[in-house]
Amino acid sequence: MAKVCAVKKEVNKDGIKQEVCDETRAGLLPVLQEVQDKKGFISDKDMQEIADRFGIHPVEVYSVVTFYSFITDKKEGKYVIRISNCITNEMAGNKNIIDEFEKTLKIKVGQTTKDGKVTLKMTSCIGMCDEAPAVMVDDKLIGKVTPAKVKEIIKGLK
Amino acid sequence: MSSKPFSENTSRAPISQRGQHRDEYDKNTLGNQVKVVIDDVEIKVPMGCTILEAAQMVNIKIPTLCQHEDLDLAGVCRMCVVEVEGQRTLQSSCSYPIYAPLKVKTYSPKVRRARKNILQLLLRRHYGECYSCSRNNNCELQALAKEYGVGTYKFGHIAEPRYEKDLSSYSVERDMNKCVLCRRCVRTCIDLQEVGVLEAVGRGSETKIATYLDHPLAEVICINCGQCINRCPTGALKAKDPAEEIWAVIDDPDKHVIIQTAPSPRAAIGEEFGLPAGTSVTKKLNTALKRVGFDKVFDTNFTADLTIMEEGTELLLRLKKALVDKDKTVKLPQFTSCSPGWVKYIEHFYPDKLGHVSSCKSPQQMFGAIAKTWYAKKNNIDPSKIVSVSLMPCSAKKFECERPEMDDSGFKDVDYALTTREMAGMIKECGLDLPNLPDSDFDDPLGIGTGAALIFGATGGVMEAALRTAYEIVTGEEVPFKKLNITPVRGMEGIREAAIPIKKAVKDWKFLEGATLKVMIGHGTANAKKIMDMLCKGELSDYHFVEIMACPGGCLGGGGQPIPTSPAIREARARAIYAEDESLTYRKSHDNPIIKQIYKEFLTDGPCGHKSHELLHTHYTPRGKWIGKKK
Amino acid sequence: MMKKAKNKKIDRSGPVIFSSIEPWAGLNQALKLGRSELLDVVRDSNLRGRGGAGFPTGVKWNLAAVANDEEKYIVCNADEGEPGTFKDRVLLSELSRLFLEGMIISAFAIGAKKGFLYLRSEYKAFLPGLNKEFADLRKNNYLGENILGKKGFDFDIEIRLGSGAYVCGEETALIESLEGNRGEPRNRPPFPVNTGFNGHPTVVNNVETFTAVVHVVAKGANWFKKIGTEKSAGSKLLSISGDCAKPGVYEVAYGISINDVLKMVGAKDTKAVQVGGASGICLAKKDFKRKIGFEDLSTGGSVIIFNSKRKMLDVADNFLKFFEEESCGQCTPCREGIPVLIDAVDLIKSGKCDKAYLEDILSLAETMQLASKCGLGQSAPNALVAILENFKDEYKLSKKPREEKLFNV
Repeated sequence: MAKVCAVKKEVNKDGIKQEVCDETRAGLLPVLQEVQDKKGFISDKDMQEIADRFGIHPVEVYSVVTFYSFITDKKEGKYVIRISNCITNEMAGNKNIIDEFEKTLKIKVGQTTKDGKVTLKMTSCIGMCDEAPAVMVDDKLIGKVTPAKVKEIIKGLK
Repeated sequence: MSSKPFSENTSRAPISQRGQHRDEYDKNTLGNQVKVVIDDVEIKVPMGCTILEAAQMVNIKIPTLCQHEDLDLAGVCRMCVVEVEGQRTLQSSCSYPIYAPLKVKTYSPKVRRARKNILQLLLRRHYGECYSCSRNNNCELQALAKEYGVGTYKFGHIAEPRYEKDLSSYSVERDMNKCVLCRRCVRTCIDLQEVGVLEAVGRGSETKIATYLDHPLAEVICINCGQCINRCPTGALKAKDPAEEIWAVIDDPDKHVIIQTAPSPRAAIGEEFGLPAGTSVTKKLNTALKRVGFDKVFDTNFTADLTIMEEGTELLLRLKKALVDKDKTVKLPQFTSCSPGWVKYIEHFYPDKLGHVSSCKSPQQMFGAIAKTWYAKKNNIDPSKIVSVSLMPCSAKKFECERPEMDDSGFKDVDYALTTREMAGMIKECGLDLPNLPDSDFDDPLGIGTGAALIFGATGGVMEAALRTAYEIVTGEEVPFKKLNITPVRGMEGIREAAIPIKKAVKDWKFLEGATLKVMIGHGTANAKKIMDMLCKGELSDYHFVEIMACPGGCLGGGGQPIPTSPAIREARARAIYAEDESLTYRKSHDNPIIKQIYKEFLTDGPCGHKSHELLHTHYTPRGKWIGKKK
Repeated sequence: MMKKAKNKKIDRSGPVIFSSIEPWAGLNQALKLGRSELLDVVRDSNLRGRGGAGFPTGVKWNLAAVANDEEKYIVCNADEGEPGTFKDRVLLSELSRLFLEGMIISAFAIGAKKGFLYLRSEYKAFLPGLNKEFADLRKNNYLGENILGKKGFDFDIEIRLGSGAYVCGEETALIESLEGNRGEPRNRPPFPVNTGFNGHPTVVNNVETFTAVVHVVAKGANWFKKIGTEKSAGSKLLSISGDCAKPGVYEVAYGISINDVLKMVGAKDTKAVQVGGASGICLAKKDFKRKIGFEDLSTGGSVIIFNSKRKMLDVADNFLKFFEEESCGQCTPCREGIPVLIDAVDLIKSGKCDKAYLEDILSLAETMQLASKCGLGQSAPNALVAILENFKDEYKLSKKPREEKLFNV
């Protein structure tokens, strides 16, 4: 099957060594997640180099990248705002939140602002149904969002 | 199913989905036989046998779509679902291994409803243009629809094509509108062939089979082997068909249209006319082609013999350089070069090893060069008026004849490469009943081929042909095998080896006396990969000659052969080829009288001489596996 | 000591998960019992999986324990993605030590040396806290080699993030994701306990299951069986949301009725309750007397409450669109069937659906429920079928047969 990829040995805050990267294809997703984190997307060059490293074909990497919602092959904004479209959010009125985001950022859901700072997306249930309507701003979960809070959130994005 | 796994451990299918072959059951089993009741038929099966296999043992038909004998399991189409007693959900019989006694119903009301609904769903997505489809009347979706009595489109039908067709490649055309997402092409390209061009991309209802970044097929590392075409159940994949252009030149009185036919189509084209697999129709095909309108019908075997002369000499010269001149730059082992799929494979994946590949052109291309020079001159024909067509089992030959370097005759050496399927189509257009035509011979002068050339069509055939000649050149004696059948190099195992000791050698080749000629044969590019990896690790340093064919089974399993394909069909075609070899007058390439003539009259400086190099040898293009421009 | 609940407003109390327990009581007891007795305890307790499928945990652990393989794995399924489920969010942020203890116990039981915590990417914010917890555990010899001095008992856990795919909550799709593939469920049999991660025996359990098992081992099977009902031992974490006054995470003993649940969270004017998320059961008022438990309403914990103002066909539409987005796409009934159901909902809403087509749709729903390759496709039609059955007053069928041209896709 796959060939060796560089096994990273990370030392965490307490000085304990951890193996982070798997040597086989099982290490593919962590590598993709890392690249997505650092660069905001997986480029053509990165996909082919990752494929080479794992001894798999580029189309297999492309296939995995296009399967998962949080990994993209197209560049996204510096901040990614995900609005949950879970039924509880709809019931709590997330339409107002969507409208407010679209109005303030001057883009539609699925688009990125012209300065490349913010991408606005819908996403499935994020596990904040008791604090609906809820959004994710990068890794942060924010519940009980109101149109006023939307303005705050956007202001807070540097 | 009864054969050993074609190539082990190359599958990236999850372990639970890899097909279990019958031999493996016997290893796994505790010696037990499990009782299964299918409908009302009781049967005992080995442990690990799937429900589908058990049903097939007692001739109970269960429809399938994504399942294929050559490929690992998918279990995605769900057409083969059956009712298993004790389970709420229906189980896919192709992937359900039996480890305990079972009761199965293959056509209960739930199953019948499920099959019909699933078919309706497939037909909803499938943008069928049956009238104009190359698979009209040979399509698995059509067959299922007919069998399950589809009347109307219950859930609707797609009105407009969703995707643009990919017609970029010289060999393979893709129309994803007809794709039913059975994943056979993915499993073929990634698991069986290890080339890795096609995969499922996207998720859910947006899923489609695509290339890397949706590049056109011509721009990715497709080697044109066409194995995906052979296994596609619908018309989503097909070869590029030049029949219209060939009709045009046949109808043009100004053009001299010649055709060369390869051995594998002759052993298989009968299948397109209802004959059982493995019925050779060589002489009837000659008649058919003449009646279709080709001015001359020639035998590719002639240039296959020429290839043996050239390639055999090239090998001996390499050996001489290595052993006598102690030239360390000589690349051994030498690899065959007649499989254009294999050539493109090594150009992409192991470009630094191209020095090992024989510089000989393939028989098709040698023919093209000879036809527009020697043949044209001898018969006072203006070469610019010659249209050279080939009948090949191969889809990659279409790419090969378009290679820019293939113009040593001063013209495009081979103008068109036709597949077996396309030729059958042209013959049918004329209303000719191939199985019942009278026999006729090939035309002169490019119409004599030996049995050695004929067996090129089977994996191991090139090796055997080369040995029959090379051994005799070196030792002065025939190969020490009964009826010249070198059985150690035959068979369907993925990688085979043989060692031929050279006990006595004639004067010119004395340096080989006492040596053992070590050869290796591989078919299917997954095995090519294994062999190349061995080469890279230095494990082939004491081997001399390696034959590689891109297609499982060799050319007889090529991407242009009749559909469907299976291990049994390929074995039947192989038997036909070896039988025809035994029936021919000349069995060794160097005995071919026309070969002797062409070297006397035309290629006067002998094999690998100056003239030969001009016309019959070529160079390769290191392409690498990076897709697109490397920044 | 058990960490204080982060959200001080909600009083976390319950018969099992939120009950008090001495730190490491579970693991210590497990080591004292030894593997064989430990497996007996878990089996005798009748503990069943808390992620939604409800497979008997003891049976699962036993199968993995007897599997003939040196390499075995424990996977904690924290890919909580079912709409309306957020109970694991509470466990991950407030009770992480407990379910990690459960994983360690499980590793001891089956002989695994490596474990994975598959954390959904939406919960990435909990990663720092979890990492700190891991570091603590390693420092104090609860993870690593010779745990708590038991020679040969080596076990460590790696956190793997999901990447936004609900289908990866299915155990074989989760394993596929761990192996670096698309999250497409596998053919079963064989099952993960025999052929799991990289072909090795793998136990995949929900966060809540690992948390519960700590209490089971520490306090005994009999203690556990006294809670809940005869067929459903123990308790369930419910994440309740929607039209109610006090949404949140509650622990209830099995056997509680929906009516009691509604009372507990201050729900008024309830028309429908969705139990088990989008893939669960849609209940109308006549069913509110039914009880939570494996013998009646089996659930992963999601309870969504709808009042009389909600339009149920819109709810069905939302759920189906969720499944359409999250379907992996490999098998025909799910990939092709869900869009058909979505179009059908539109047709029904617009009054253009006739009785004959409705029957075709219900037949398709049955096929999807029976022939899909995994639970996603099998349960996708459930909500729609229940809503069409229970809320006939919210739609009207057309008397005219459907037009052919409505069906060009």
